[in-house]
Amino acid sequence: MAVKKLPVAKAINESLRTALEADPKVVVMGEDVGKLGGVFRVTDGLQKDFGDDRVIDTPLAESGIIGTAIGLALRGYRPVAEIQFDGFVFPAYDQIVTQLAKMYARSLGKIKVPVVIRIPYGGGIGAVEHHSESPEALFAHVAGLKVVSPSNSSDAYWMLQQAIQSDDPVIFFEPKRRYWEKGEVNTDAIPDPLHKASVAREGTDATLVAYGPMVRTCLEAAAAAAEEGKSLEVVDLRSISPIDFDTVQASAEKTGRLIVVHEAPVFFGAGAEIAARITERSFYHLEAPVLRVGGFHSPYPPARVEEDYLPGLDRVLDAVDRSLAY
Amino acid sequence: MTVESTAARTPRRASSGGKRTSASAKSAGASAKKSASAKKPAKDAGAGAQPELVQLLTPEGERVESPEYDKYVADVTPEDLRVLYRDMVMTRRFDAEAVTLQRQGELGLWPSLLGQEAAQVGSGRATREDDYVFPTYREHGVAWCRGVDPTLLLGMFRGVNNGGWDPNSNNFHLYTIVIGSQTLHATGYAMGIAKDGADSAVVAYLGDGATSQGDVAEAFTFAAVYNSPVVFFCQNNQWAISEPTEKQSRVPLYQRAQGYGFPGVRVDGNDVLACLAVSKWALERARTGEGPSLVEAFTYRMGAHTTSDDPSRYRRDEEREAWEAKDPIKRLRAYLEAEGHADEAFFAELDAESETLGKRVREVVRSMPDPEPMSIFENIYADGHALVDEERAEFAAYQASFADAPADAATGGEVK
Ligand SMILES: Cc1ncc(C[n+]2csc(CCOP(=O)(O)OP(=O)(O)O)c2C)c(N)n1
Repeated sequence: MAVKKLPVAKAINESLRTALEADPKVVVMGEDVGKLGGVFRVTDGLQKDFGDDRVIDTPLAESGIIGTAIGLALRGYRPVAEIQFDGFVFPAYDQIVTQLAKMYARSLGKIKVPVVIRIPYGGGIGAVEHHSESPEALFAHVAGLKVVSPSNSSDAYWMLQQAIQSDDPVIFFEPKRRYWEKGEVNTDAIPDPLHKASVAREGTDATLVAYGPMVRTCLEAAAAAAEEGKSLEVVDLRSISPIDFDTVQASAEKTGRLIVVHEAPVFFGAGAEIAARITERSFYHLEAPVLRVGGFHSPYPPARVEEDYLPGLDRVLDAVDRSLAY
Repeated sequence: MTVESTAARTPRRASSGGKRTSASAKSAGASAKKSASAKKPAKDAGAGAQPELVQLLTPEGERVESPEYDKYVADVTPEDLRVLYRDMVMTRRFDAEAVTLQRQGELGLWPSLLGQEAAQVGSGRATREDDYVFPTYREHGVAWCRGVDPTLLLGMFRGVNNGGWDPNSNNFHLYTIVIGSQTLHATGYAMGIAKDGADSAVVAYLGDGATSQGDVAEAFTFAAVYNSPVVFFCQNNQWAISEPTEKQSRVPLYQRAQGYGFPGVRVDGNDVLACLAVSKWALERARTGEGPSLVEAFTYRMGAHTTSDDPSRYRRDEEREAWEAKDPIKRLRAYLEAEGHADEAFFAELDAESETLGKRVREVVRSMPDPEPMSIFENIYADGHALVDEERAEFAAYQASFADAPADAATGGEVK
């Protein structure tokens, strides 16, 4: 069994390496991904080993990166494009939404565009404007795209392999503030399917559902709650489009209480969708309305107040208290 | 509205001098010595044949003639030259202080302008008070020339705000981090100037990497089609983070302009006098209704891309060393000394003045308070928004729930 302890960034690197080795049609492309190894070093060493034909430093042009990735995919390649930071995906948004998402449907299923777009996202690293955003809902809203976000090294490794193997376009959101957190990766394991949620911690009093960077926060909140005698279940969603509602529903019905936690603004966010669906499915099993904890309807604030903006233990536990009070 | 659209058809007045005179004010202080090296090819442009590079001061600080551009600096006095020199020294000192402050943890990030002082000061001093500047995130020297208090530039890099100054105070727009976006804003602003029949001009700063962005192509298109009074000032500092200019373009960048139907010029970006002259040329064109132009200031980013970057991963030390010989400040100093335009006392005084600036910057930054948490809800909508009001109230109540200490209770449970 090949079990390694890797930080999330390194797990992604290994995953890309494995994919590049396994399939000559896989290409990695983006700004600074080659010689520099990416601004987070996620692609470190790949160009050295696979050449600048496979690991491509592109011009500084996001629309260009995604538009040409589409063309490469039409020609039989499997591009894995990197957008350097969440806030810089918007020059490419047009290509993603109007072209990438719709080609399979428009061709009546005759052409496939297996493009993976890796985007480091979310806050908590003290960055300047446009470097800490959580735009996942904007992509999940678009039919034709799949949207996933791993929360740990093992998922980072496996989910990226699966995204690359998928014949659909996948937006792969990487929780950048977790890049340096280590976890075990078993490269021989049989992974869960890409769009299956997992129960990260079992509990009986209430369910926290989160994805990406907030899973760890929820696990910490559950640990803190346990000291107060409250038993929280934590569901790691893993996939934001599609959402594995069955797993969420089972947990919500088990505990009777559901709290959705994400960094993105609550308003029109992923939490709204989960709250609505679970309310429809499990109305008579719920002891309290589904609550949401997330960002405010404000631009991502300057670094020195981001800790107030981002959901932390206290805000999660406050929501748990509110839920339990019903 | 109707007034404006009528005005749009009125030809704009020819340049008649603005509210403020720039660094170049009166009679010529610069005696031309050598002959036209304006046509001298640049030694170190990208691969292949070297395009022309406008140069008025050699790296050794010798004045060279340029039949085309000398006239734009004919009125530059020794005093003006000292102003340009001071601008560059003060800007460099400010920048160095910011780098240090970042290392000390006072700033989250800093994009250094080291090496680009001449391009920024030359172009910045060419602007008039009523002109409008759209910077990227590295134009600290231009901000200085526009009279922006340099400490204001530090707020967003400290993480206390996302901008930090009133763009209309000095006609200096907020720093734009998303690459290329501001070139379209600049073009639109210039379209407005034209509609108003004014003779102001706009300068849009951009990097060599930015020339790859679709927004920049669109800005060039709009500027050309509407013959807008905008100068695209591209500082080709040779690198876009780790990617050399060759990863953005197969032709010298200034030549791009031709395809859009306006002129492009490459200037020695480490020669402040040449940058001043070429910018004046471009601004005069803009003011007199001749439309946009592209200036490529051929320069070098001496430091890292930002304090988070490690240039040793992608470029060799020798490259930096070669550019050190072309230092913009040393070059002007050599010229000032050779011409007897500045004495030891001037340089000593400037040293002291720049130290004072460094000290002030240090003090101001260290005493910048963190924003109040409730500031998250400020300035989101000009006309207000019910959801924001609701979230603000909820968050205030949540914050207040922590304030159970008696001292806080005494102040009405006010949150920190
Ligand atoms: C749209 C967009 N993509 C990526 C980035 C990340 N980024 C910041 S600066 C930079 C390089 C810019 O190079 P250049 O335009 O040459 O300007 P320079 O920094 O050299 O002055 C990159 C890729 C960004 N800010 N905006």
